[in-house]
Amino acid sequence: MSATNLRYVNRKRRVREDKRFVTGQGKFVQDVNLPGMLHVAVVQSPYAKAKIISIDASEALALDGVHAVLTGEELGQYCDPIRFGLKLPEVKWYPLAVGMARYSGEWVCAVVADNPYVAEDAAEIVEVDYEPLDPIIDPEEAFEDTDRLVHPGNGSNVLYHGHFHWGTVDKDFAAADETLKYRVRWGRSSTVPIETFGAQARWEQGTDILDVWASIQMPNFVELLSSTLRIPLNSVRLHQDVDVGGSYGVKRGIKHSVLVGYLARKLRRPVRLIEDRLINMSSGDAHGPDRIFDTEVAFNKDGEIRSLKIRALDDAGAYPGRAPFQLAKPISAIVGPYRINSVKYEAISVTTNKTGQVPVRGFGQSPTNYMIEAAVDKVAAHLGMDRVEIRRRNLINHDEFPYRIPSGSDYDSGDYHTVLNKALDAAHYDDLMKRRDQARTEGRLAGIGIATCLEPGGGNNIFEYLMNPTAEITTFSEGSEIRVDPDGLITGVVGTTTSGQGHETLVATIIGEELEMDPDDIRVVHADSLNAPVTRSPVASRMAIMLGSATAGAAKKLKDKVLAIAAHNLGKTIDELEYSEGAVFETGDPANKLSWPEICFIAHKAHHKMPEGMEPSLQAQYVFQVPGGGQLPDEQQRVQIYPCFSFQAHVPYVEIDPATGKVSVLDYVIGHDCGTQINPDIVRGMVIGGLAHGIGAALYEKFEYQPNGQFLSATFADYLMPSVYEIPMVKDVEHCTPSPLTSHGQKGSGEGGYLGAPAAIAGAVNDALQPLGITIDELPMRSHLIEALINDGR
Amino acid sequence: MSTIEISVSVNGKAYSENVEPRMTLVDFLRDKLALTGTHIGCEHGVCGACSILLDGTPIRSCLMLAVQANGHEITTVEGLGDENCETGILQDAFRDAHAMQCGYCIPGMLIASEALLRENAAPSLDDIKEAIGGNICRCTGYVQIVEAIQLAAERMRGAAQ
Repeated sequence: MSATNLRYVNRKRRVREDKRFVTGQGKFVQDVNLPGMLHVAVVQSPYAKAKIISIDASEALALDGVHAVLTGEELGQYCDPIRFGLKLPEVKWYPLAVGMARYSGEWVCAVVADNPYVAEDAAEIVEVDYEPLDPIIDPEEAFEDTDRLVHPGNGSNVLYHGHFHWGTVDKDFAAADETLKYRVRWGRSSTVPIETFGAQARWEQGTDILDVWASIQMPNFVELLSSTLRIPLNSVRLHQDVDVGGSYGVKRGIKHSVLVGYLARKLRRPVRLIEDRLINMSSGDAHGPDRIFDTEVAFNKDGEIRSLKIRALDDAGAYPGRAPFQLAKPISAIVGPYRINSVKYEAISVTTNKTGQVPVRGFGQSPTNYMIEAAVDKVAAHLGMDRVEIRRRNLINHDEFPYRIPSGSDYDSGDYHTVLNKALDAAHYDDLMKRRDQARTEGRLAGIGIATCLEPGGGNNIFEYLMNPTAEITTFSEGSEIRVDPDGLITGVVGTTTSGQGHETLVATIIGEELEMDPDDIRVVHADSLNAPVTRSPVASRMAIMLGSATAGAAKKLKDKVLAIAAHNLGKTIDELEYSEGAVFETGDPANKLSWPEICFIAHKAHHKMPEGMEPSLQAQYVFQVPGGGQLPDEQQRVQIYPCFSFQAHVPYVEIDPATGKVSVLDYVIGHDCGTQINPDIVRGMVIGGLAHGIGAALYEKFEYQPNGQFLSATFADYLMPSVYEIPMVKDVEHCTPSPLTSHGQKGSGEGGYLGAPAAIAGAVNDALQPLGITIDELPMRSHLIEALINDGR
Repeated sequence: MSTIEISVSVNGKAYSENVEPRMTLVDFLRDKLALTGTHIGCEHGVCGACSILLDGTPIRSCLMLAVQANGHEITTVEGLGDENCETGILQDAFRDAHAMQCGYCIPGMLIASEALLRENAAPSLDDIKEAIGGNICRCTGYVQIVEAIQLAAERMRGAAQ
């Protein structure tokens, strides 16, 4: 599709959501006050592993304003464990520890009071008697250990251990000129939104409905809430018109929501739990991947990379949530953007006595991309090849699409060489190298990073089947609804919350494009979950692809109905008519026409003018199936997991202060191609924002634990995130290779910056350290680590 | 718990309220005055989401008690536009540059920017970094925020001519 024919798509237009945010009128969960609401504070385990001997809440309960103290023992009687996708019945995840606390900070009791101040006072005086036990903290030890079990009933700390073998790996290794083995480690970090997680619930006794407001971004939330609380699915009403203050995958407070749902039903009062920052960091169960890769790469002397053997060991923490599946999504792009012929992939998820892990931006793809790009850089270094040249030698060519990779994905479209070239041109790569070399001659440590990444977008739950073959789920669909009222005004209805991705703008833009109406006149609302079109939530870089295509589908259905009504009234066939900005007229006789108000009036009020048998009113709903979905994997576990693949090339320039090890990212160019951009400002924001987040993961952010399992990173003074000083004024260059699979050629753009930046920054730091003979193979590369290596090396 | 009566001016309007001595200023603004535009991010003074102007100076309302604000003048994000929620030059610049995504840190960013632009009509990049260096945004990577502040400054200079 040519972008030049578009009226609203791919045009610079204001983002409608922004008005409420700049006026302080955003509606976040904390801004929704319910009459009579009570507030929860939690009592946390001081031990990484401990048996709970007794709990004495009498003093807390005696405090004025305290309504209840809930223990895990009680909650466990009335709730089921929260399901998490793998069939491990003895790994039981409850909102409050039942019998045993499994990480430092785990919630042991919940105190309910008139306000948060009193609730926290009371939580401090709940007396819990513990018997401390020996925790297991190191994931490699956890994999081997059979005594120190996080979940003794499970018989081991291994949650998942799978082997995948795609293509002729052994043959390719034997035929290759050389092989290289290496280990890289991705540190435990997360996206840490500035809004913590919050949830509140109200039980309506008269209707048997649990109303929930939550800062949520996840599929299955309502299903999990109902199954855990043992109430019917249609008894849960999630209010999705709540603004979510950032998520990037992690706003999955299912345990918080179960807790307030249970308490609201029990106490017959609305109940709220808003995490404070300490709770959020220590025990919100929102940590990200924590992964060790042992990789072997086979390649030829000319730089051609032939095959990979990958072993990934991931530390899911005490309660895995969806964490293990973050090892499965990367299968969709396991060779990155490169022509690699075959892959062996061993994936292991272990449990340890740490805070639980949730999906983080890219769902495991960012660590995997770091590992892949490390392979490319290491092969280049080994062969003495230029890092750009080796990428050019291996990148898939524009004329090879759709391109099938060994694990079964068909990459839909792309022009990787051009995007890389555009990025290098924008970076003035030759000059940049001179600048680096000049800096080196002046005694400074300077480096350039080169990294590419693929961003799989669109999502499909089929990765779950790869790890749990009882889960025959082959779709991840999304619905959209368009209603036209009797005045001819249009409302788009979406079925999910939004956390900064601009879904209202997306939907209004696409309806406007399809119906040739000004998007500013189109309202978009977030229906509650009992009224909403089907949704799998805004994860997996999927909303432009899925919600966008669903909205285009609904608009086409609506337009078909408009044409049918017009044809009936104008005495013509549809083929003889043209649609223009809502009106329909006869081709060749524009005077023979029906206006948009006339069509809307007929649809709603003048049924005698409707075609026989046609439903009254004017509305349409469309549910879009994931392109390439609907299939189970073949016997070699090959399957199309994600439909669309965006591409990025990153070129950062860094300098390192040798005295302190501090890395300064001085310049950064990113080339990106996510197909057609629905709103260019939104895409640009996502790309640069993801990139900044990747700089954080590469250089600063880590959840630290002592060997005894004590958590050390519960404040923003301990867990450092980039400020404006750490992020340069990024230069972004665009390219557009439309996807053939979506309504307007769009692909995902929410994750790519985060997928490429850690690899690029790692490459830049290692380039800077290369004159000293130092290579760092772990993230984050923090200044004290770099400083120690520099000074040890001297 | 005993309470203390305080009088403050918020966005040009006078309020007298009884508050507990331990109530933070941000809770006071949000819970007592229903001015929920000021957001709580970390409650330990690092993220800047709760920034407000106290007598014209940007401060962290999570680090101050409501009783300490007695007799002072406060401006929150709600006070930046006009009474009908129409946006001013700074807010419009943030919209035109799409200087946000989830919007949660934006009230604090606007307050920090407002304080800068009141003092400095032509801020350099370094001036802008200093002004918002204590405000963390996890969505944008700051580039569009910096561009918005530059755009606002340019438009304000144009309007002043």
